[in-house]
Amino acid sequence: MILEFIVAALKAAIPAGTPLLFGTLGEIYAERSGVLNLGVEGMMIMGAVTGFGVTLATGNVWLGITFAAMAGGLLGLVHAFLSITLRANQVVSGLALTMFGLGMSGMLGKRYIGTPPPCRLRVAPIPLLRDIPFLGPILFQHDPLVYLSVLLVPLLWFVLFKTRAGISIRSVGEAPATADALGVNVFLVRYLCVFLGGVLAGLGGAYLSLVYVPAWIEGMTAGAGWIVIALTIFAMWSPGRALIGAYLFGAVKVLQYRLQPLGVSPNLLNMLPFIFTIIVLLAGTGEVIRKRIGAPSALSIPYAREEK
Amino acid sequence: MPERGERGEVVVSMRGIVKRFPGVVANDQVDFEVRAGEIHALLGENGAGKTTLMNILYGLYSPDEGEIYIRDKRVTISSPRDAIELGIGMVHQHFMLVYPHTVAENIVLGLSSADFFFPLREVRGKITEFSERYGLKVDPEAKIWQLSAGEQQRVEIIKALYRGADVLILDEPTSMLAPGEIEELFTTLRRMAEEGRAIVFITHKLDEVMAISDCVTVLRRGKAVATVEKSRTNKQHLTRMMVGREVLFRLRRKPVEEGQIVLEVKGLHALNDKGLPALKDLSFIVREGEILGVAGVAGNGQRELVEVITGLRQATEGQVVLLGENITNCSPGEIIGRGVAHIPEERIRMGLVPGMSVAENLILKAYRRSPCSQRLFLNHTFIDQHAERLISEYEIATPSKDAPAKLLSGGNIQKLILARETSEEPVLIVAAHPTYGLDVGATERIRQLLLEQSKRGAAILLVSEDLEEIMTISDRIAVMFEGRVVGIVDTAGAEVEEIGSMMVGAGKEQERGRS
Ligand SMILES: Nc1ncnc2c1ncn2[C@@H]1O[C@H](COP(=O)(O)OP(=O)(O)OP(=O)(O)O)[C@@H](O)[C@H]1O
Ligand SMILES: [Mg+2]
Repeated sequence: MILEFIVAALKAAIPAGTPLLFGTLGEIYAERSGVLNLGVEGMMIMGAVTGFGVTLATGNVWLGITFAAMAGGLLGLVHAFLSITLRANQVVSGLALTMFGLGMSGMLGKRYIGTPPPCRLRVAPIPLLRDIPFLGPILFQHDPLVYLSVLLVPLLWFVLFKTRAGISIRSVGEAPATADALGVNVFLVRYLCVFLGGVLAGLGGAYLSLVYVPAWIEGMTAGAGWIVIALTIFAMWSPGRALIGAYLFGAVKVLQYRLQPLGVSPNLLNMLPFIFTIIVLLAGTGEVIRKRIGAPSALSIPYAREEK
Repeated sequence: MPERGERGEVVVSMRGIVKRFPGVVANDQVDFEVRAGEIHALLGENGAGKTTLMNILYGLYSPDEGEIYIRDKRVTISSPRDAIELGIGMVHQHFMLVYPHTVAENIVLGLSSADFFFPLREVRGKITEFSERYGLKVDPEAKIWQLSAGEQQRVEIIKALYRGADVLILDEPTSMLAPGEIEELFTTLRRMAEEGRAIVFITHKLDEVMAISDCVTVLRRGKAVATVEKSRTNKQHLTRMMVGREVLFRLRRKPVEEGQIVLEVKGLHALNDKGLPALKDLSFIVREGEILGVAGVAGNGQRELVEVITGLRQATEGQVVLLGENITNCSPGEIIGRGVAHIPEERIRMGLVPGMSVAENLILKAYRRSPCSQRLFLNHTFIDQHAERLISEYEIATPSKDAPAKLLSGGNIQKLILARETSEEPVLIVAAHPTYGLDVGATERIRQLLLEQSKRGAAILLVSEDLEEIMTISDRIAVMFEGRVVGIVDTAGAEVEEIGSMMVGAGKEQERGRS
């Protein structure tokens, strides 16, 4: 009985954490290249509404997911244009995009409210692995997007730390003038990273509206985009720790649902993710200081040649 | 020195270059030519426009007017990538390094010939090869922030060599090196020139021009004054072209009387950034009105010593005593409050707030007190007057007192820091490489300032790798090697050779003499 409860809770934690994982992986790339993207919340929710709408119109979930990613990517490009090309303040630009996304999605999504999704991603258990006792049901009985997000973790880690492209990205975020002096195209690297960040945020949103919930609810991201920003710091800008952090949050969310029937005040439970955010930030910051792993030095500073 | 063959074709030709910045014309109709196989010195005072001219050649700045020809072909260099493709490499005056990354990662950055996957693997081997071939010792796995300025410079040089540039620009590459290391660098440069590369060597130091260059171009206030063959000129002639007047380097010192002990360091131990012992049982005293020079090769604990005294690093053992009071491991604020001035090694990173105005930078230490502020408010009338007075007194060349400090040239940044630090009449001045990178005029001025301060009664700890500087103005010289003071001598009776051999550990020097 207890074991079943634990297995069920852990199994549920993974899908609950998946939108956060997508978002955090994207934000890690954007911030590693030196661009702070506070528009994640807006990009996620635009992904959610676009994914839902396109799926409803075409009856094809995968098309919906693709369009959600593109919608996120498009907003990413807007942020890139504002903050990289026009060198606008990144905080302001990001906040503006979040507000835009929340408003726009509310308008676009009006007619989807209460509509059930026409089709959804099916759970695709992995043969053989699914039968491992205890671990099998927790880890290997999920939908394809969960597997995709998990596969992205080692892939993005590898690119960041073991390839030439990764050295360029990290250097652009630490010392853009130096990277520029060595012939790295600072603007291109930043554009690509912010675009990728938008795409992944869009995917995270699509996961919410097409798989996790699945339905369109106005404001359904409910602060997930902000938790992503905190998780990026907790992850110390490294994909591996992003996975741990995202699933921890997933577990908190599951706990929230499981404790409700036991009579714990819902107001208290709604605070849980945010209390946990503060705890995570404190824990993360201590470690950041100890290991001398700080935020990328050029984070949120626009780059221009000929400026001292 | 081996005979060099006939010098080759003109590789770089810059014609009529003009570059304007807000408030200054940094380059004014400059013509500049470099030939293959030659070492071409670019000489000029602070702010003369040397760096600007070379940044244009390297594609970092675009010129307002003028043309660039590479091997007689007109080119437009709009980014460093273009420059690298044209075979131009540059070692910058302010290091262009990614501090949290390793040496190997820094060298791979932007290197299109490196493998895409696991790029560091082959590069590590090659770095070791390069460092052996040119005598530039570095550990490919070390993080840049853990290296001393001298070591960082080596990484920069290797980085440029690695890219196989056939035009190599070095912006004041010797300033942080010890005499022996400079010789090694010169050997490297000569070897590279013999291989047919063209080398542009930016410097203020006339000795270096005379020692290494084939040809000299002198810049003054943005204009090219002349280009002359080294063999047809001498130091006096060059100085006159550079400064427009004669400079005398004889700074008279009267012997100091036994003053009160201002700083006493007793059995000091401290760790470096890697957590290894950097200071080992260090002791010395500095008296009122005395200048104690600390000589040594970069990376022998000088940086850590300065940081411990100024409260920026914890001592693990031992004591720092200021005027009889123990200030070991006090906070920097408390130490400043007791009248200790710090002229830091890294001017831009630690010496000022680059984005704030000159006037604001001048009151960074005094803004909390009257007359800079009254209760909650800053007294702008006083701050402006104060800035104007210091700007003229210390001859700081700036477009205005309200210009951001980051726009000043290296020499003027240093004058600004000195103005702020010394106008407060400190009891102790800790000066780290105060004239590093400065031209003759500014160097002379800054040494004079330090002497004036010591005459006033300040005790001065002068850390420098420029032995000549230490011999010129200090009363006693402490030589550091591997975290220890290996000897303290009176300047009056000291020989350069004696100190030089202590700097590299006397034992090693003898071995070298024998072989
Ligand atoms: N990016 C910039 N923006 C504004 N002004 C600049 C910039 N770069 C240089 N200057 C100004 O142009 C002039 C020439 O500066 P430059 O750095 O080329 O001098 P330098 O000869 O290299 O001097 P130093 O020996 O101090 O390095 C100076 O007055 C400097 O303040
Ligand atoms: Mg310069």
